[in-house]
Amino acid sequence: MSSHFVTVTINGVEYEREVEARKLLIHFVRDDLDLTGSHIGCDTGNCGACSMIVDGTLVKSCMMLAVQADGATIETVEGLADGDQLSPLQQSFSEHHALQCGYCTPGMLMSATALLRENPSPSEDEIRKALQGNICRCTGYWNIFEAVKAVAK
Amino acid sequence: MLLREVEYAKPASVADALSLLAGNDGARALAGGQTLINVMKARAASPDVLVDLNGLDDLKGIELAGDGTLTIGAMTTYTELIESAEAKARPILAEVVGTIADVQVRNRGTVGGNVCANDPTNHLPPLMTAIGARFHIVGAGGDRDVSAEEFFLGVYMTAVGPGELLTKITIPAGKGDGFAAITLGVDGTCICNAAASMNGSLRVVLGCVDAVPVLLEPASADEDAVRDAVRAAGIDPPSDVHASAEYRLHLAEVLAVRAARQAEGRT
Repeated sequence: MSSHFVTVTINGVEYEREVEARKLLIHFVRDDLDLTGSHIGCDTGNCGACSMIVDGTLVKSCMMLAVQADGATIETVEGLADGDQLSPLQQSFSEHHALQCGYCTPGMLMSATALLRENPSPSEDEIRKALQGNICRCTGYWNIFEAVKAVAK
Repeated sequence: MLLREVEYAKPASVADALSLLAGNDGARALAGGQTLINVMKARAASPDVLVDLNGLDDLKGIELAGDGTLTIGAMTTYTELIESAEAKARPILAEVVGTIADVQVRNRGTVGGNVCANDPTNHLPPLMTAIGARFHIVGAGGDRDVSAEEFFLGVYMTAVGPGELLTKITIPAGKGDGFAAITLGVDGTCICNAAASMNGSLRVVLGCVDAVPVLLEPASADEDAVRDAVRAAGIDPPSDVHASAEYRLHLAEVLAVRAARQAEGRT
């Protein structure tokens, strides 16, 4: 069995663990570190529920090995709020009813966070393009776009 | 999904990567992983060792020479290509790459990975063939440059042999390029695609209809000439849940015409 020591900083907290090379980043974060905010939807790279920001780059964490994240700084949905204070984007999701079952929401929030960081004033088309890798089976997307638009400058 | 057990190595140099690949028959290069990790989940690939190329800066970057030749490192991500000032010298590249999958996939997926995977539905094999790209392969047996016609050998097969690596792709100057595709949803997998390039003579290349990109050289970009060239190629496209062979053949003609028209319009 091929094991490796991996050190990652997730939402400002450093973790060091031994992981098997075959372990996907999403499983490492959820199962080994108990950060279960990021979801596994399809496990085939389509749905985006596992989206995280790794070293500033939005990725689907089911298509990356945990060992590849060694030394990385990772942001997940748990890092968005400041204590009980939701981020403006999270608050906007709540106000615009941008979720029903909520399963896709962690990924939607990370993709929209990455978008707004890079482009604080996205057009509707840019919002749609940025969320293309995130599938929602409940809402029809409309309220998600409205929620993102509302926090765009 | 739990993958089959696999060893992992992250070489610090191309030479180290080559010796790792050559030293184990079950070794496989890991580029962006946006294809390979998924086929490993499905057990369609079960390498014994993954040789992660992500630390190799020598395989990254885009250079534009004085004569307009572009050199793209194999590990350049789609996003890096889209954002590259140099790559604007051949605008079709960023235009097409910007329609591959989604932000997350474009952030990790690589140009080299796309061509080396050589999935018949991929965007870049037909495009690279149309624009006359050359592929630089290194290995214990020495370095070589091959044309696209020599590079794409079969479904999932390229000229990159065991123990070898694609390091870079060179693309000559030009701007008369076109691309058209019918996809599964916006920016989804291609059901059929066509690339065209008119820098001198016209090259039209069909994707999704055969094991390798199908190169056609119509006499002109006129609709009849392009349709005739597609018909004369005698292609026998596959049928699947998304399109029958007959419908794919129809798409091949229509998309070839659209790509050729776009290429001609930009010369």
